[in-house]
Amino acid sequence: MRDLPIRSRLYVAAVVVVGMLVLVVGIRNVAIGDLSTVLILATLFVMMNFLKSPLRRGVAVREGIDISVQMPISMASVLLLGPFGAPIVAASMALTPNTPWFKRLFNGGMAAITAWVASEAYLRVGGHPINVDFTFSPRHVLLPVIVTALVMELVNGLLMVAVIALTERVSPIRVWFGTLSESAFPMFIYSIFGLMLAVVWSYVGPISAALVLAPLMVARWVFAQFAARQEAYEATMRSLIQAVETKDAYTRGHSERVSRASVLIGRRSGMREDRVATLRYAGMLHDVGKLGVPTLVLQKAGRLSEEEFDAIQQHPSRGREITKELEFLGEAVEGIHLHHERIDGRGYPLGLKGMEIPEFARIIAVADAFDSMTTTRSYRGARSVEDAVLELRRCKGSQFDPDLVEALVEGIEVDGWDATDTMPSDLPVALPGASEIGVPSFGSDDDDPTAARQLGIGGPAGAAAIPDDASELDALMDVSGEERR
Amino acid sequence: MKDDRELRAAGPLLIAAALVVVASVTITAAAQPESSASSDVWRISLAFALFIAVGEILRITLPGGRQTAPLASAGALAFALLPGFLGAEGVFGAEGIFGSPEDMSAGRLAAAAALAVTVVTVGSVVGAFPRALVGRGMHLDELARRILTTMFAAALFRPLIRVLQPDVNQHAWKIAVAMTFAAALAGILDAVLAAAVRASQSRSPFRTAVVDEFRALAGIASAIAATGVLIALAAPQMGFLALPVFAVPLLLTQFSFRRYATIEATYLQTIRSLSKVTEVGGYTETGHSRRVSRLAVTVGREMGVSERDLTDLEYAALMHDIGQLSLPEPIPGGATTLVAPVDQRRIAELGAAVIRQTGVLDNAANIVERQSDPYRPHRGSLDPDLPLESRIIKAVNAYDDLVGASLESDRKLQAIGRLELGVDREFDPAVVDALARIIERQTEYAY
Repeated sequence: MRDLPIRSRLYVAAVVVVGMLVLVVGIRNVAIGDLSTVLILATLFVMMNFLKSPLRRGVAVREGIDISVQMPISMASVLLLGPFGAPIVAASMALTPNTPWFKRLFNGGMAAITAWVASEAYLRVGGHPINVDFTFSPRHVLLPVIVTALVMELVNGLLMVAVIALTERVSPIRVWFGTLSESAFPMFIYSIFGLMLAVVWSYVGPISAALVLAPLMVARWVFAQFAARQEAYEATMRSLIQAVETKDAYTRGHSERVSRASVLIGRRSGMREDRVATLRYAGMLHDVGKLGVPTLVLQKAGRLSEEEFDAIQQHPSRGREITKELEFLGEAVEGIHLHHERIDGRGYPLGLKGMEIPEFARIIAVADAFDSMTTTRSYRGARSVEDAVLELRRCKGSQFDPDLVEALVEGIEVDGWDATDTMPSDLPVALPGASEIGVPSFGSDDDDPTAARQLGIGGPAGAAAIPDDASELDALMDVSGEERR
Repeated sequence: MKDDRELRAAGPLLIAAALVVVASVTITAAAQPESSASSDVWRISLAFALFIAVGEILRITLPGGRQTAPLASAGALAFALLPGFLGAEGVFGAEGIFGSPEDMSAGRLAAAAALAVTVVTVGSVVGAFPRALVGRGMHLDELARRILTTMFAAALFRPLIRVLQPDVNQHAWKIAVAMTFAAALAGILDAVLAAAVRASQSRSPFRTAVVDEFRALAGIASAIAATGVLIALAAPQMGFLALPVFAVPLLLTQFSFRRYATIEATYLQTIRSLSKVTEVGGYTETGHSRRVSRLAVTVGREMGVSERDLTDLEYAALMHDIGQLSLPEPIPGGATTLVAPVDQRRIAELGAAVIRQTGVLDNAANIVERQSDPYRPHRGSLDPDLPLESRIIKAVNAYDDLVGASLESDRKLQAIGRLELGVDREFDPAVVDALARIIERQTEYAY
């Protein structure tokens, strides 16, 4: 309460006072016969408040799948009890557990006012109160219910928006469209559930609550399971990818960052959100084929045999092999397969040219190179973002799709870039390979376009021999690897 | 029906349902509803049959692979419970479709149940037709269960009402309670029947199957029961509008189940794909992980492992070699049984560490961790903490290392013989027995 500005405090107080008034009027006027209904509905309402949503808040918001069980009860109380009884039920909102007292009071007041206005609205537009003698008719029940739902949404929204707008000093309209407009559709569905509850209640009494709310509770529970599974899924992916990175000591966090950079590029070039989601997975999994490369080879210091060399170059194809049956990955599979292709046709494994290379692959190629340059490798320290951008621009049209390079540059300008490792870095797996052959090993992939240039073997003829030098090899892998096929 | 075995397992159920249908159609055809009510009966029956047909088309797969058609089941239940006497002026006619509650002669009861069964059968078959056309097959055992539970609910509910003798205007709640009770019992019957079929299809013990079935169906079944009761309660007043209106919450439930099942399937798919990593990298033979997981699950089921634990067993079996990735070089042929026990153990521990890293597959990690432990080390005492799943993977893994992708019966039986040499020292005798039974069956079928 203390952190609220004075105007907000006054507003909250006003809402609470008006809410109290509505409540008092309701208590004095409510029909004796309705008292048991009021009591049961209020109890139910409070119970539902105590039954915390099984969904973690963040997940619920992200997925837009939280299911409210209170809203149908509010609507039902409006329909069954009218302007005197409904505010009493709604005011029990103030009994929400684990909430600061002023918030409870405000919520209670807001709910009471909303219930009262909604009840009045329902009667004004010709709604028939739902009671024992009522008969169902679209004109006197269904239409008024829809109007009432809109009124509820409006009043509740206004009261809520006002407090946010006053506190944060932003335009109320922005708040409205920013946060509340999304709730309109569920609100409508919930009103229909409320109508069902009221109708059945008028026939058979409280047992209807169990019947109407059961499918909702089940749905809510299943959504929670779903959300948990979704998280489990992400966690599993992440740690399996980490398993890849453990094999290749210099690439910790690489997949995660490539994924982030890919998403940045995708969004910047106006990609649809569902494709961006797939792209995120593609970025994360782009090196998964390396899991299949023997650790000995990945970490070998010094000369690689022809076979070992092939083993590394096969990682995109292996990645495809591993991921091709994952239906949800869709076009990401080809993105993984072809992320070492180059615009000029000198990449691997297929040597595709220009727009023959799928968009996902072109994006990952840029993101991959960018991250390789901006992180530390065995043969050099991390380069600055500026240097990396210069280098990307230099390779526009030969190695990279120019538009995508610019998309990344713009994206970084707008959102910034954080090259640090976002994953937990201590994997408890003791790497037998590493200890036996002796670290430091080196990142032998690689995607850094500068490595080749430094060594001056970027040209077509430069890669004829298998080099002895580790960093020379490193360079070869990247730029002119395709000539070796 | 996928094969003979499944058909045979559901056989008694199908026969019982067929008899019920024949009897019901006969009774319904012979019944003479009062002329004033007859057109109502037809309209209402038609509406419900249509509803059930649509529900049948909108069927879903639950997590774990069970198929259900919640809307169709709810419609069937609602029709079975439709009292027709709630509210004297109701849409469904003064007498209701089955006469007044006072008239509860045996003939009336039989007619009511028979009509319910007939309508449910017609609706389900019509709804299943489009699927059958595209070759997706009919779910005969599910249809049989629906028919039997419909009859059960209809036959149970009406006498219950007679016992309670509610005054319709005063004690409507009694009717609701009676309906809920009948619906709940019908739901339980459905789960038990499903468990019986499943137990004999997959050769798992009946008790495990019942527990699995209840676990899998409790959520959706309570939503179905609630919806069925609601429709039956509200239809006399609201008329046909009650059908679509009360279907909405169930649709929401159905939708949530579908999403859950999708992510669940994706998860399994991902683990399966990633299990190929060791094969693609040449650490293990092609198809090894998948063969081991399939066989391990079969053994587990045969030994009465519950469905929930079978999932962990499947994950663990798929990833049991993942520890090899941390080896500097592949083991020749990937046969973990051929390397020294110390190395086997290290592979198991490394694999478990990788899996544990996910934070959500701890059970699978524990199984993988102990997959190489001998059943009885040095003729010592048994370790009560050694998971059954680990013992299963140990035996099945050894078996697959010996047999590989080979289909030769001799080779398979020889491999079993080899495993039997290690029984009680390396391998759990019960696991090897179950494995031997399964392999024997497979080789029998092969001839």
